[in-house]
Amino acid sequence: MKAHTTEPLVSITNLVKHFDISGGFLDRISFAGGLPSLTTTTVKAINGVSLDIRQGEILSVVGESGCGKSTLGRTVLGLYPPTSGKIAFRDMRIDNLSAQDMLPYRRRMQMVFQDPYASLNPRMTVRQILEEPTRFHFPDLSTSQVQDKVAEVMRQVGVDPAWAGRFPHEFSGGQRQRISIARALMVDPEFIVADEPISALDVSIQAQILNLIMDCQERFGLTYMFITHDLSVVEHISTRVAVMYLGTLCELADKKNLYGDPQHPYSRALLSAIPRLGTKGFSHIRLKGEVPTPINLPTGCVFHTRCPHVNERCRNEIPKLLGRPNGSQAACHALEEGRI
Amino acid sequence: MTHLLDVQDLVVKFRLRSGDLTALNGINFTLNPGERMGLVGESGAGKSVAGFSIINLISKPGFIASGRVLFEGEEISAYPLEQMRDIRGNRISMIFQDPMMTLNPVLTIGTQMVETIMAHNKVSVTHAREIALEKLSKVYISSPGKRLGQYPHELSGGMRQRVVIAISLLTNPSLIIADEPTTALDVTIQAEVMALLLELCRDDNMGLILITHDLGVVSQVTEKIAVMYAGRIVEQGPTEAIVSAPRHPYTQGLIKALPQGGGGGGRLHQIPGMMPNLTSIPPGCAFHPRCEHAMDICRRETPQLFGDGQTPGLVACHLYAQTR
Ligand SMILES: Nc1ncnc2c1ncn2[C@@H]1O[C@H](COP(=O)(O)OP(=O)(O)OP(=O)(O)O)[C@@H](O)[C@H]1O
Ligand SMILES: Nc1ncnc2c1ncn2[C@@H]1O[C@H](COP(=O)(O)OP(=O)(O)OP(=O)(O)O)[C@@H](O)[C@H]1O
Ligand code: SF4
Ligand code: SF4
Ligand SMILES: [Mg+2]
Ligand SMILES: [Mg+2]
Repeated sequence: MKAHTTEPLVSITNLVKHFDISGGFLDRISFAGGLPSLTTTTVKAINGVSLDIRQGEILSVVGESGCGKSTLGRTVLGLYPPTSGKIAFRDMRIDNLSAQDMLPYRRRMQMVFQDPYASLNPRMTVRQILEEPTRFHFPDLSTSQVQDKVAEVMRQVGVDPAWAGRFPHEFSGGQRQRISIARALMVDPEFIVADEPISALDVSIQAQILNLIMDCQERFGLTYMFITHDLSVVEHISTRVAVMYLGTLCELADKKNLYGDPQHPYSRALLSAIPRLGTKGFSHIRLKGEVPTPINLPTGCVFHTRCPHVNERCRNEIPKLLGRPNGSQAACHALEEGRI
Repeated sequence: MTHLLDVQDLVVKFRLRSGDLTALNGINFTLNPGERMGLVGESGAGKSVAGFSIINLISKPGFIASGRVLFEGEEISAYPLEQMRDIRGNRISMIFQDPMMTLNPVLTIGTQMVETIMAHNKVSVTHAREIALEKLSKVYISSPGKRLGQYPHELSGGMRQRVVIAISLLTNPSLIIADEPTTALDVTIQAEVMALLLELCRDDNMGLILITHDLGVVSQVTEKIAVMYAGRIVEQGPTEAIVSAPRHPYTQGLIKALPQGGGGGGRLHQIPGMMPNLTSIPPGCAFHPRCEHAMDICRRETPQLFGDGQTPGLVACHLYAQTR
């Protein structure tokens, strides 16, 4: 079976990522009491997330649109500098490295995007797309070694190496996604952030890409952070699942635990809403209200405006992620107090 | 009994420079009053074209080449544009994936609703506002009075789609055609919007054609399914029968490709290849290059939809024709 351990490959500690979207000077100026002042608008995309991604696992990140999944993935890879907090790769802190020192980590950690159309350069052939990062990260390889590697990786992802001279638009969506996975694999990564890699694909093609992702996990011991909104897919391929809401980690659990015995009220609502084949009608937990914006975060528990179990403490105090009797971790006062 | 909708041999083509492209190649189905049908299949199969052509909303290079559409017994496919407009948005409503296809970004929700009501009914503005309020509460919009004064961009995606549903209900239609109405929404909101649509259809005995690629949603909401592949319906029948015992190899493949729940984690079934481009549909059964059961006849003859009189539903596949 899969060779995942409990050893962390990537450690995220108290990660905060805020975006300043105040705009230019003139956009920011406002008049309060007749005096001009400058306002700042901040999107609080990630608010104190701590979690380990274990060697060899597929850790899925789920949650509604805008909850910070992509931001988390990008910050971990160093594509966004964190506002505060730490990222470590194999015990080496990497969030404060110089570009030069970061270079080896840029190779060891790769990203696969949702939209293979946008992420592949339309003017480059598949061969060029695959060779470029390889030459950059492995300058010592000879031309023929690089070419061999291109052919080998293309075979691994199931695209005929004879097509290396073609351009991305000559391939189907599924094939293009294989090519972007191939591009990530070219540099022998250890960790891949896959951000909605199947969302743009048809069901029959999704299965091909998911199989490929699972194959790479098994064959190369790859570790993934898998971002998606498809909870049936998460149930199928994950080792563990992180449930996020408004930039906060609500629950972190083994897949079986989360689907069999969800703890956090938001996880419960989310899982109850999965459309299942062969189920008639709806029995989802209805959430009141609307999702607040990450610009005006609710005080206390970020879920309190929609939670059916909210009380006074929830409105004031941020719940901590704590262990549960079933082995999961969840951040909820009601759970801690034994109210639910 | 007259059918609510009776689609007969509908063929839709697109006039392209390179010649005519057949997007819909003779589809047939009926819908009874209050019946809910799912139209499923992969991207490019012709689901949206089918939905649009029922109400003659096919855009420019596209045209209905042949076939008939009967709605409540009237041959609406023969109607001039003017008369068709009257049916659209009145007795048949359409809900799109993007609510902004229906909503005008520069008008308040209230203005849009009142205008729609007054275009179809001789009522006063005050009365129209009352109707609007009632419909907004019906789709569980909180503080509907306040929403009337808001612009679409001030609402969340799920709320916008609920407003669109409210607008589509303004004229008490007997048929709703919903094209991927929840694809852009989060699961929790999707469940809410779909549950709402289901409830409203049941309450007012409205027919529904739900176009989607999500078989889970279809099985929750509909009573029957038509599966499309390369411009044809390849299988249709009661939802339960198709989901639990699909007969067409393509339907079987689609269902097996889905994670089955239980978190097994094994390899997923994958259908080899991809759906053909409509400009180069293989001869015979369009699915034959991807079908593990393909026989000689499959490469020569296009299988027609038929039923054997025992198994519920219809299937277009030579495997079953042989045992006829
Ligand atoms: N570069 C950026 N500048 C400003 N705000 C940003 C930026 N990237 C993300 N955000 C904001 O941060 C929040 C989290 O966005 P993010 O893209 O991480 O969400 P997500 O969970 O990936 O959503 P989705 O499921 O829609 O992809 C959102 O409110 C978003 O608008
Ligand atoms: N405006 C157009 N011009 C030319 N061809 C078109 C046009 N609109 C649709 N088509 C053709 O009709 C076919 C069916 O398109 P349709 O939009 O109905 O697919 P669909 O099943 O709804 O797919 P999706 O799931 O992606 O929405 C497409 O393959 C496309 O080739
Ligand atoms: S802390 Fe309170 S508001 Fe937050 S999820 Fe738990 S019960 Fe609900
Ligand atoms: S007709 Fe032939 S090729 Fe087509 S689905 Fe049936 S067995 Fe397969
Ligand atoms: Mg994202
Ligand atoms: Mg469509």
